[in-house]
Amino acid sequence: MTVKVKVENLTKIFGRHPKATLKKLKGGLTKEEILKQTGHTVGINNVSFDVNDGEMFVIMGLSGSGKSTLIRCLNMLNVPTEGSIEVNGEDIVKYNKQELREFRQKKVAMVFQHFGLLTHRTVIRNVEYGLEIRGVPKEERYEKAKNMLATVGLEGWEDKYPSELSGGMQQRVGLARALANDPDILLMDEPFSALDPLIRRDMQLELLDIQAKLKKTIIFITHDVNEAFKLGDRVAVMKDGVIEQIGTPEEILANPVNEYIENFVQDVDKSKVVQAKHILFKPSALVSIKDGLKVAVKEMKTNGISSVFVVDSERKLRGLVTIDDTIKAMQDGKTLKDILIKDYFTTDPETYVQDLISKASSSKYPIAVVDETDKFMGIIMRVSVLSALT
Amino acid sequence: MQQLLFMGSFPEAITFKVGIYVDWLVKWLMHNFGDIFNAISDGILWVLLKIEEFLLWVPWWGILLVIFLLGWRYKKITAGLLYAFLVLLIGSFGLWGYMMSTLSVVLTSVVISLIVGIPIGILMTYKDKLEIIVKPTLDAMQTMPGFVYLIPAVLLFGMGMVPAVIATTVYAIPPVIRLTNLGIKNVSKEMVEAAHSFGSSNWQTLYKVQLPQALPTIMTGINQTTMMALSMVVICSMIGARGLGMEVLIAINRIDIARGFESGVSIVILAIIIDRITQGIVNRHKVPQQ
Ligand SMILES: Nc1ncnc2c1ncn2[C@@H]1O[C@H](COP(=O)(O)OP(=O)(O)O)[C@@H](O)[C@H]1O
Ligand SMILES: [Mg+2]
Repeated sequence: MTVKVKVENLTKIFGRHPKATLKKLKGGLTKEEILKQTGHTVGINNVSFDVNDGEMFVIMGLSGSGKSTLIRCLNMLNVPTEGSIEVNGEDIVKYNKQELREFRQKKVAMVFQHFGLLTHRTVIRNVEYGLEIRGVPKEERYEKAKNMLATVGLEGWEDKYPSELSGGMQQRVGLARALANDPDILLMDEPFSALDPLIRRDMQLELLDIQAKLKKTIIFITHDVNEAFKLGDRVAVMKDGVIEQIGTPEEILANPVNEYIENFVQDVDKSKVVQAKHILFKPSALVSIKDGLKVAVKEMKTNGISSVFVVDSERKLRGLVTIDDTIKAMQDGKTLKDILIKDYFTTDPETYVQDLISKASSSKYPIAVVDETDKFMGIIMRVSVLSALT
Repeated sequence: MQQLLFMGSFPEAITFKVGIYVDWLVKWLMHNFGDIFNAISDGILWVLLKIEEFLLWVPWWGILLVIFLLGWRYKKITAGLLYAFLVLLIGSFGLWGYMMSTLSVVLTSVVISLIVGIPIGILMTYKDKLEIIVKPTLDAMQTMPGFVYLIPAVLLFGMGMVPAVIATTVYAIPPVIRLTNLGIKNVSKEMVEAAHSFGSSNWQTLYKVQLPQALPTIMTGINQTTMMALSMVVICSMIGARGLGMEVLIAINRIDIARGFESGVSIVILAIIIDRITQGIVNRHKVPQQ
């Protein structure tokens, strides 16, 4: 994994004399004291983190915690008071005007909370904007913009004005406009917050799709913990201009470092975060199809269970046998193959626990987790589905 | 003493003749900067004459046709017909040439107002110091009756069409400055940031985003400036501007009711048509908002 963006000791203070105020901040005054004494606002305070290439990095925090301030530093819409931002190893804070323009034209694009579309331009001319600024010839940029609109599902809307589109569609235009430039890094400042919940869900899934296809480095801001955990490869939690914790959603869920984060993650609807792969376990009992009935009975008896999954030599799932059937088969002189049962449920490891609830509650047997080649990965017990939800 | 306090009329003892100093100042200006004033004067006169020449070169029915088409495009066909008929009426009063003189002063002043006013309006949004100076100046200018501008214009440029253009311009320029400034300021911040986030230069942001967004507001400013210019041109007849206003003035002096009525009505017609058509243009340029 290569580091794409390296932010080190970044501080942004708003007001007339940020440098002088910075000294006070370093002298140990708090954000509130500084606001009271000097009237300056500390937007972000000594923030450091890395974002890996191709990662979806989510920054989460309550309103006013400095998320926008931080992300706007990453394309220098805010000029940091101190600190460095290395992108591909170059410190963008040190860029001159021309270098900065080039960086913004080629390397980074932003999606805005209220879309930031140019209302006097048609949809396609909005998507063309970045290319136009780069000086891409008319025909070429039209082609690219049209393709990008198709990618976000807006074919046929090219010549409408943004005001004729719904909120969700407008943000698709915003996304298409950012992607049309083919940037390495996508900055998204609460892009879905202004949308209603159903549309927001669609957009989240679509973003994940696009991300899987294009493999951009995405820095995504949200105040919604569920959105953060659903989208983020890693999540940074901010409070009062400081990053309190960085980690994968599971890490943060499992080990919140302080009370603030604990309170935050209380709201998490875990069913949307926890996937099958997180709660499966590898059973100690597993029977190969080549094994005899005796082995199967022994496996079940020593483990104290009443059924066991059967796999072939490549660990592909073949079925399930119960202890009653097996003992009966021994008396009848049948083989393991003859008594395989298929009426259990299977799932792939990426399925969210939420979608396993109905399977878990309507089946007598554990759920088998198999990968795309049908290879057996483990089982999920009914109780673990339910306990993952609480 | 008693006389000083209780007499009804202002005491002659308190005198301060300031006029003489102003006279000196003007003479000093003329002596030192006369060439500049002459150059300005020649430039304005040249533009003015070209415009007037052009207006008189177009055949009368050509003008009617243009007015009809403008009315049709920006209002509706009946409006176009009505406007053309009304202008025909002015011609039938025998005031065609006067109307063109009036129009050429208005057009010249509006053009100068736009060339000077729009950049000032734009710059004000970026330079706080400029705004601190310009805002109160505009406030002061808008509280002053137009009449007052005649004096410096005459002092510096004498009598005739040129001081008329200058006085008219000075009188009419505030709205276009103000509304350009307002229009640019009101462009959504997020839109401007979006432009910058794609690496637009300040110029690109200005002409690809801010100006198109501000256009409807600027158009409103142009409409107001034009209307103010028209009202000022009439007053400028007092310093020797040929045109409909001069006709009214002469009619008043001679108590010539017929002539006064015809020229007065012509001014009203002109005002209505210019207002309607520029309004129509403003409405046509509304930018769709979110
Ligand atoms: N341009 C600005 N000038 C002054 N203060 C600002 C500015 N932008 C943000 N702030 C302040 O910085 C703090 C963080 O704001 P912001 O980054 O917008 O928070 P968030 O995006 O997390 O809601 C807030 O206290 C806000 O008032
Ligand atoms: Mg914000």
